[in-house]
Amino acid sequence: MSDIQTNISAGDVDHADGHPGDVILRTEKLTKHYGGVHALVDCDFEIRKGEHVAIMGDNGAGKSTFVRQITAVEQKTSGRIWFDGAYRDFNGPLEAREAGIETVFQNLALADHLDVPDNLFLGREKTLFNLGPFSILDYRGMREATMAGLQKTGVKIPNIRNTIQYMSGGQRQCVAIARTATFHSKLTIMDEPTAALGVQETAQVENIIRTLKEQGEPLILISHNMRQVMELCDRIVVWRRGRVCANLNVAETTGEEVVAYITGAKTQPEYASAA
Amino acid sequence: MTDTTHGIGGLTFDASKRDWPPEAGVAIALVLITATFEILGRLIYGESFLFNTREGVDGLFNTQRLQVIILQVSIIGIISLGVTQVILTGGIDLSSGSVVAMTAMIAMSFAQVGDINGIPNSRAVFFDSGWVNLPVMLPVLVALAVGLCAGLVNGAFVAYTGIPPFIATLGMMVAARGAAQWWTAGQPVSFPTESYAAIGGGMMPVAIFVGLAILFHLILKYTVYGKHTYAIGSNEAAARMSGINVKRHKLMVYAMAGLLTGIAALVLSSKNLTAQSGMGLMYELDAIAMAVIGGISLQGGRGSVLGTVLGALIFGVIISGFTFLKLDAYYQEMVKGGIIVGAVVLDQWRQGRAARKM
Repeated sequence: MSDIQTNISAGDVDHADGHPGDVILRTEKLTKHYGGVHALVDCDFEIRKGEHVAIMGDNGAGKSTFVRQITAVEQKTSGRIWFDGAYRDFNGPLEAREAGIETVFQNLALADHLDVPDNLFLGREKTLFNLGPFSILDYRGMREATMAGLQKTGVKIPNIRNTIQYMSGGQRQCVAIARTATFHSKLTIMDEPTAALGVQETAQVENIIRTLKEQGEPLILISHNMRQVMELCDRIVVWRRGRVCANLNVAETTGEEVVAYITGAKTQPEYASAA
Repeated sequence: MTDTTHGIGGLTFDASKRDWPPEAGVAIALVLITATFEILGRLIYGESFLFNTREGVDGLFNTQRLQVIILQVSIIGIISLGVTQVILTGGIDLSSGSVVAMTAMIAMSFAQVGDINGIPNSRAVFFDSGWVNLPVMLPVLVALAVGLCAGLVNGAFVAYTGIPPFIATLGMMVAARGAAQWWTAGQPVSFPTESYAAIGGGMMPVAIFVGLAILFHLILKYTVYGKHTYAIGSNEAAARMSGINVKRHKLMVYAMAGLLTGIAALVLSSKNLTAQSGMGLMYELDAIAMAVIGGISLQGGRGSVLGTVLGALIFGVIISGFTFLKLDAYYQEMVKGGIIVGAVVLDQWRQGRAARKM
């Protein structure tokens, strides 16, 4: 098992500033209840800089709920989130994004009638003068930053001035992913980025993920696609019924083993409470 | 996928496959409708609709008719600029007509003269308090404030209670009409000061309409406010996830619509030299119709101020054209109704076509 595994199971979380320097995000006993439903229970999770970690699990296992807590789309019930050097308590998705957590949501958070730069900068537009809500938009600056971001991820969009509604699913997904590169985020989260895509488009998105890996950008990937996860990620964390039940090094595991953890046939001894 | 100039998934960009902007279609409709009146006029009466045929008058066009065309739609056009923004967010505002009446009644009360031809104007609302012959700034500010408040109430209900905009503004529609009647127990408010009467005199309504149209065209196109208005109408969930304060923005949009309605009330009461509790009847529907004819999608997110202005001009041309052809007003209403439905059908068809192209 990896050293990170040991870190967590040793409960090595409360030394004042002794966090491993290269950890970018850590959750401690992260819990979320929806009324009586315990969607997420005591989740300890860690990701290091440059690492690509996959989150797997059956439907309703708590994967998306976990993402919604760390991106502050929802407010956690209890637990702590340590991100980029400090314990953070984000009040909303914008704060999390400003801190450097960029998310590609399962239901693409894109506005159909706006073009590519408008979508990339939605909610944090570049402006020329600050006049509150009536600040003048810096269209040119946004266009240039968009081009740079698309170039960095290797995304090719024929005409970024076109509205999103006329683009294919793959192109839309790439636009959503390009947000990451444009804003130099510290952590990228992708929630099933290829679930609705065809073969070619999936390949394109996977290439972008590889580009991010080469550039040392940390990534949390939620996916049901075993081949994809084995190819693209360093580690697999398996969720079951709201709890983490396994933390596996991709190099040391097999698809069959992962499936066994997902279905509940196996549970790692460290996570016995999830059984 | 070997050719890198191609898009992802093997898609290519073909400029000829791009849809025309909706405004282009509206502009063509405007030209076609105008041409129809021109041809019918020449065939039936041997007169020109647009061009100057009078002896001893210079100019290519019938300037008087052109002025009337735009003047008669200016006031509702001002309302329509606000309604446009509301519809762009995916909402609707049914209260404009009633808010016009309420605002006009209240504002006019602060604009009355103290005496008419030397006889004390004892029927002035605030005659006993001595609030007559007030500086024109006061009724203007009152009108803006009343309109703004009505808009803020609309916006607060829509944004913070989550009730449908249709219901929230329907409530305001009924309540504001009641308030307009309550203000003077149904009596009209007349005899404004000269400076108040100047606000809506002559071609002033046109100047105000055009000025505001340009202002809001720039705001919607070049400011954060405009971008967020389109984003909310296009995909409200995406806007929220992007960190836009959707509730506050909706409040602002409805407040803006209320403010513009207040301005319309100011211009209308000044132009008519009187305010009555029954004024502005059906204005909300005409304002919505102008926006819809101008290509503003009722689903939100699509359309522009330019479209609304063109929609207003189509309205003006139809009204003038029917008068020109000496046709009764009921035909006018029937055709207007047909055009409104036709515009929405066209919008649906365009949306469907866009979807099939993908």
